[in-house]
Amino acid sequence: MSYTTIAQLSQGLKDGTFSSRELTQDVIADIKLRDHQYNSFITLSEELALAQAEAADKRIAAGQAAAMTGVPIAHKDLFCTQGVRTTAASKILENFVPPYESTVSQLFLDTGAVSVGKTNLDEFAMGSSNENSYFGKVKNPWDTNAVPGGSSGGSAAAVAAGLVAGATGTDTGGSIRQPAAFCNLTGIKPTYGRVSRFGIVAYASSLDQAGPMTHTAEDAALMMNVMAQFDPQDSTSMQMETPDYTANLNDSLAGLKIGVPKEFFEAGLDAQVAEATMNAIKQYEAMGAEIIDISLPNLQLCIPAYYVIAPSEASSNLSRYDGVRYGYRCDDPADLMDMYCRSRAEAFGEEVKRRIMVGTYALSEGFYDAYYVKAQRIRRMIKNDFVNAFSQVDVIMGPVTPSPAFDIGSKTSDPVAMYLEDIYTLSINMAGIPALSTPAGFVNGRPVGLHIMGNYFSEAKLLNVAHQLQQVTDWHQQQPQSLQGA
Amino acid sequence: MSWEIVIGLEIHVQLATQSKLFSGAKVGFGAEPNTQTTLVDLGMPGALPVFNAEALRLAVMFGTAIDAEIGKRSIFARKNYFYPDLPKGYQTSQMDDPIVGLGHIDIELEDGSSKRIGVTRAHLEEDAGKSLHEDFDGMTGIDLNRSSTPLLEIVSEPDMRSAKEAVAYMRKMHAIVTTLGISDGNMAEGSMRCDANVSIRPKGQEEYGTRTELKNINSFRFIERAINVEVERQIDILEDGGSITQETRLYDADKNETRSMRSKEEANDYRYFPCPDLLPIIIDDDYINGIREQLPELPDQRRQRFIDDYQLSAYDSGVLSSSRTMADYFEAVQNACGDAKLSANWVTGELAKYLNANDVEIENSPVSSLQLGQLLARIKDDTINGKGAKTVFEELWHGAEDVDAVIAAKGLKQVSDMGAIEAMVDEVISNSPNQVQQYIDAEPEKRGKMLGYFMGQVMKASKGAANPGQVNGILKKKLDALC
Repeated sequence: MSYTTIAQLSQGLKDGTFSSRELTQDVIADIKLRDHQYNSFITLSEELALAQAEAADKRIAAGQAAAMTGVPIAHKDLFCTQGVRTTAASKILENFVPPYESTVSQLFLDTGAVSVGKTNLDEFAMGSSNENSYFGKVKNPWDTNAVPGGSSGGSAAAVAAGLVAGATGTDTGGSIRQPAAFCNLTGIKPTYGRVSRFGIVAYASSLDQAGPMTHTAEDAALMMNVMAQFDPQDSTSMQMETPDYTANLNDSLAGLKIGVPKEFFEAGLDAQVAEATMNAIKQYEAMGAEIIDISLPNLQLCIPAYYVIAPSEASSNLSRYDGVRYGYRCDDPADLMDMYCRSRAEAFGEEVKRRIMVGTYALSEGFYDAYYVKAQRIRRMIKNDFVNAFSQVDVIMGPVTPSPAFDIGSKTSDPVAMYLEDIYTLSINMAGIPALSTPAGFVNGRPVGLHIMGNYFSEAKLLNVAHQLQQVTDWHQQQPQSLQGA
Repeated sequence: MSWEIVIGLEIHVQLATQSKLFSGAKVGFGAEPNTQTTLVDLGMPGALPVFNAEALRLAVMFGTAIDAEIGKRSIFARKNYFYPDLPKGYQTSQMDDPIVGLGHIDIELEDGSSKRIGVTRAHLEEDAGKSLHEDFDGMTGIDLNRSSTPLLEIVSEPDMRSAKEAVAYMRKMHAIVTTLGISDGNMAEGSMRCDANVSIRPKGQEEYGTRTELKNINSFRFIERAINVEVERQIDILEDGGSITQETRLYDADKNETRSMRSKEEANDYRYFPCPDLLPIIIDDDYINGIREQLPELPDQRRQRFIDDYQLSAYDSGVLSSSRTMADYFEAVQNACGDAKLSANWVTGELAKYLNANDVEIENSPVSSLQLGQLLARIKDDTINGKGAKTVFEELWHGAEDVDAVIAAKGLKQVSDMGAIEAMVDEVISNSPNQVQQYIDAEPEKRGKMLGYFMGQVMKASKGAANPGQVNGILKKKLDALC
């Protein structure tokens, strides 16, 4: 399957061009045939998928199909799926089969979408390159020497390689947008509270948010229509109606005020990425939008603040993996302490351990005020920067990453260099606002993303803005050379 | 040297909600292990807490009852530590912004005076599960039924100066929470338990001594014993020139001693931080006032009413209002017989004696308040006398149901027939010439005491059924006529 969108598959299913069962069989066969190149899947759920496809075919035949009924998708292996192993790409959950379904995956089941399997990621969603997986690195379909980005690298690679038309991801500091940018996809991180976190293995609870990864803004809108629902099981879920995210995709952008923050274009940004980004932004001028220079003065503070808050929450969230009730337990523990220490030492990867240590330190007595409390203060400053900016402009645009996808192994020895990857994306999670990445061209054959940020709950506007770019450009339709003619 | 004891208590009260603090699982005692749990209580990946608003209502009710500041924006925090029966690796509690702030209660001391004890704060938190060390052959079983059960932790100021004051404080808290109905207050099942912070200092010294924390004391009796034995230990150490180590100690009721659990150095750094899965709890004055307006009559108010309306002593009123069930029982008895003083005497006397001897709580008393009220009514209307009533009470305790049937069956109906009593009195007087002569010879003011002998003889002759008041009157009249 080459470049195919959810919208196209939906139409084909509705027209009877193919059945969901045929489509699903093809998708699974294709994954089995080609995914060894990318390692984007951890688990395939073939039998369940075919059963779901058959049920979908009945719904379609009965004229009860919704837009995504029968469409095969994949879930990041951070969403708990009942009866299907959920690993968080960690040895500690290598054999964990949840007896429950996450709200997001349940919503896709409810609408009749087919889940073909679980995609690879950085262990517990901690990473920017998908090199931190117990189940192996993921390779970028655009260049298998390059990382796909992370942490939702498996979902990004699976869609970019044409294995599935859409996949779910989660974004705590850029984990949807950065791999979307590296893999030439549309990926949106919704407003914090827009999509339920129930059943998603937690990394940093105040920052985690799930969203779709697709080729087009229209597809992202179709997935958002399913995902974005109030959930009483998540206290931070916002009780509000779900709009039809496809309804305003074609709205005119005349008069749109686009803020371009100067801090996004300062030292550290690859010149060619800067040029591609500005070129994409300029496309909007022709649509009648106005480009306004703005400032987000506290942007630089977001990295240190994020790397206090996220690891602090992670150190607590990951305490439950103790070898007592489920998950990995070391062999022959001498006593309780030995069981805790060895189970966790043997089954957590290096980056996860690093963040647990950092977070534990930051929350410790005597350091809490200097780190955690101060980081929260910075978080409020960053949020205020955005609130101020959105009093002047409708959306903010800039680069998603400082450079295109880097080579596998090039940053693994330098965690701080890896953390700097997220400089443009972290602040969005800190503020809790929505943002997306949409294809914006290529630098040396590797994709570049345009970062579009909006005010709280402005997802429909962001999708409209991305969709309009996708109407006048064809970057999002480009395919990796290796797939062309496949 | 003379030492002053300083005590503060941390009381954990299990709130009487239907479901848990952060999940829909049922709360209950004694169910099969791990049957009252959800994903949340088991600490499964991706499970999220949802706050039980009923627990908030009960906590605010407590806060208004002790005249405390109510936190209009209170925050849940995570208290992080590893333990096998703590499934998430943290306990969700409150740290900086508790739901209940500074308040106070008054306790009654033995000399009849009362003393105000400050309540620093009360916060909501979830309970842990239980580790079961028996029956698993060298391994430990984990029961998570109790996991996430709602607790209100009530922290006092270090205002108590004796073990007895600590017990009085605990009893008053027990009366308040049971009166409010926010907990069943069952100490045996752990619904109410306390930790005691104990230190001593030379009398007159301002600075506090080093304290130790005594863990998990689960009866009124043990509070007093644990504190006293710990105070003795501390005095021995200091008088031998030693120093107290700040540590957590466990009271062993069997050996009546405290022993070290962990020192300050070994104590956990709990790494408290606001729980990101839960929003701040925001409440307004309308919510608080709505609860305040619905408060039931509180133990202190009830005690005062007993003094004012029933003319009971402060002491009896205090005892009778010490728990809601006791006070309700008393009032039901008094409503049935119409004599508060008589009711108070019987509830704090005969009934308490049986309850204590048989280790029965008043709510499980085999003699209902209605039965006791009927019994006392028969004293009031002179059907039986006090001695006969005790016999009837014993029968009721052992299962008899109808007061009048017991009186009839036992032939306890009191003789109030003047003629019959006069005849018995005449017989006793004629059979006791010596005692009569002594009575005549005695100083008039000493004769009252000598009446007892004749009373006893008449009561004996009537097999206890004569109305003592009438006997007394007739005896006195006839004997005085001989003088």
